[in-house]
Amino acid sequence: MTALTNHAPVLLIAIPLLGAFAVPLIGKLGRGARDSFVGLIALITAAVAGLLAASVFGRAGAPGLYVLGGHQGFAFPLPSGMSVPIRIILEVDGMSAFMALITALVTLTASFFSFSYWKERSGGTMFYALLMLLTAGIFGMELTGDMFNFFVFLEITSIAACGLIGFRVWLRNSQEAGFKVMALYTLSGLFVLLAVGLLYGQYGGLNIAYLASALTGSTIDIVALGLLLTGLALKAGAVPLHMWAPDAYGEAPAPMSAVLVANSQASLYGLFRILFTLFGVTISVAALGWILIALALLTIFVGVTMALIQNDIKRLIAYSAVSQIGYMLLGVGVGLAVSVAKPDFGFVAMQGGIFHMLNDAACIGLLFLASGVIIRATGTRDLNKMGGLAHSMKWTSVLFIIGAFALAGVPPFNGFASKFLIYEAAFKLSPFLAVVAVLSSILLLAVFVKVFQAAFLGAKPEGLQSEVPMGMMVPMVALALVVIVFGLFPGFFVDKIVTPAANALWYGRDAYMSLVLGGG
Amino acid sequence: MSIGNLPFVVAALLVAFGIYTFLFKRNLIKLVIGVSLVETGVNLFLVTLGYRTAGVAPIYTFAPEAQRMVLPTPQALTLTSIVIGLATTALLLSFAVFIHRHYGSLDVRKVKELQG
Repeated sequence: MTALTNHAPVLLIAIPLLGAFAVPLIGKLGRGARDSFVGLIALITAAVAGLLAASVFGRAGAPGLYVLGGHQGFAFPLPSGMSVPIRIILEVDGMSAFMALITALVTLTASFFSFSYWKERSGGTMFYALLMLLTAGIFGMELTGDMFNFFVFLEITSIAACGLIGFRVWLRNSQEAGFKVMALYTLSGLFVLLAVGLLYGQYGGLNIAYLASALTGSTIDIVALGLLLTGLALKAGAVPLHMWAPDAYGEAPAPMSAVLVANSQASLYGLFRILFTLFGVTISVAALGWILIALALLTIFVGVTMALIQNDIKRLIAYSAVSQIGYMLLGVGVGLAVSVAKPDFGFVAMQGGIFHMLNDAACIGLLFLASGVIIRATGTRDLNKMGGLAHSMKWTSVLFIIGAFALAGVPPFNGFASKFLIYEAAFKLSPFLAVVAVLSSILLLAVFVKVFQAAFLGAKPEGLQSEVPMGMMVPMVALALVVIVFGLFPGFFVDKIVTPAANALWYGRDAYMSLVLGGG
Repeated sequence: MSIGNLPFVVAALLVAFGIYTFLFKRNLIKLVIGVSLVETGVNLFLVTLGYRTAGVAPIYTFAPEAQRMVLPTPQALTLTSIVIGLATTALLLSFAVFIHRHYGSLDVRKVKELQG
């Protein structure tokens, strides 16, 4: 068991990666074999993520180092006896483990939802292979301790995600979305690579801990930071670089949209890691914090208002997903803006922003899965052509309400728990921020009232495919349980997993560096 | 003769041309060419970072004494980046092929059903 825990970081990347390449072969044996294999891999991955999180949170989020092939620790002795401190490393602290938990939750539920989803369609094997590749890439981004490996995993997620958006080549809109998203993802990846090159050129290293200790805050560092910020904000879907997000979330198969949100969150994690751990106090963080807050307000506001005017159910949920990215940016931005003085409310803001990542993954995942069920029953994505679903799909409508209320931040669901922390802390910094955040949440509620009225209420329609397969129901119920449990006992989860994650960013820079470099 | 900072200038120009192409051209294939130009610029930048004037290849076995070597890491980075670039370009071009099949055009003004 300890061996498994020790090797958990690399297993999290290796298991889905091997699974991705094995699925097309096992798919030849038939659907049953393929589905059991995918289910097994998803369960093992989630279990390993749970083990990793248990061990990291067991030591209160202190960072842990995993050196690939490293029996002798970090230094790599050559046959000549010379010792070179260059290794491939994974570095896992509270924040990484927290993100790994989110990814495991989303990919597990999406995989199990997919079994019923692909029973009625062709293309399942390709879907599972790409889904696992994407999972491996997301875990890699979250666990790596090396800037270049971060870029490589970023590109793996880009290619796998665009493959998932566009692999159904017979759907014309999916091709348009795939092209658009791939072009922008590639550009964002190249920005990150250029920044990595700039940092390497100055300091001769790629290791995040080493770079963090060497950074001087020169003009070139600022240029590199600007490139990283642009690239990762684009990939996270923050306004004004959000134009790909509704296409991607809207055109991907329903279980995939949920995973794409986890992918965007991984880029957001990369952004936070770079801002807090890599750059930290070497630059003027207050100004950066305000840039993040400005991006956040724009994202929240534009996301919600664009959601309000949509008639396509998946694009509508996609725009709400964009707006939720804004809340995470707002929480962490407020934290960053005051991170020199470190007042209490700054930490609360960080907790709120980070907690909201998990809550958003659960409730937006639930909504995307529910939209898949709705589209399956009605055969259309147009809200104006739906209606009366509540007559025959009682459970789906209840689950949809739970997801929508949680997303809009209505108590007692989980969205309220994290948004309340954000409102409270943002109000201390400037009441204006809290006003925009609260108003947008209310608008979001209006958006989902509209959806509910259009899709579920009204006269009972003719010829409705009403029954929802058990395989689709169970993952949705599981996500709804997460939404409710996190909403009812937020204090417990904030203490156990959110605080170590926020600590890792807020106070953890020195610990992160000294773990690799020694001394400290 | 030393080439000085010329490779950096060329890399910057390539990136600038690439971004210009990406923003202002309307043919999907030309957009792919734009992305590809940015990629080439970044790769050239990485290789140039590791270059030392009159350096030899960084292989320690049988290396001439007292010779400078170019840095090996940027070359490894560039190779990785070229491989990734191949995959992204191939994926982009195959999307373009299917878009042409569905829409009968590669003009971005005609391929815009997803809006708003």
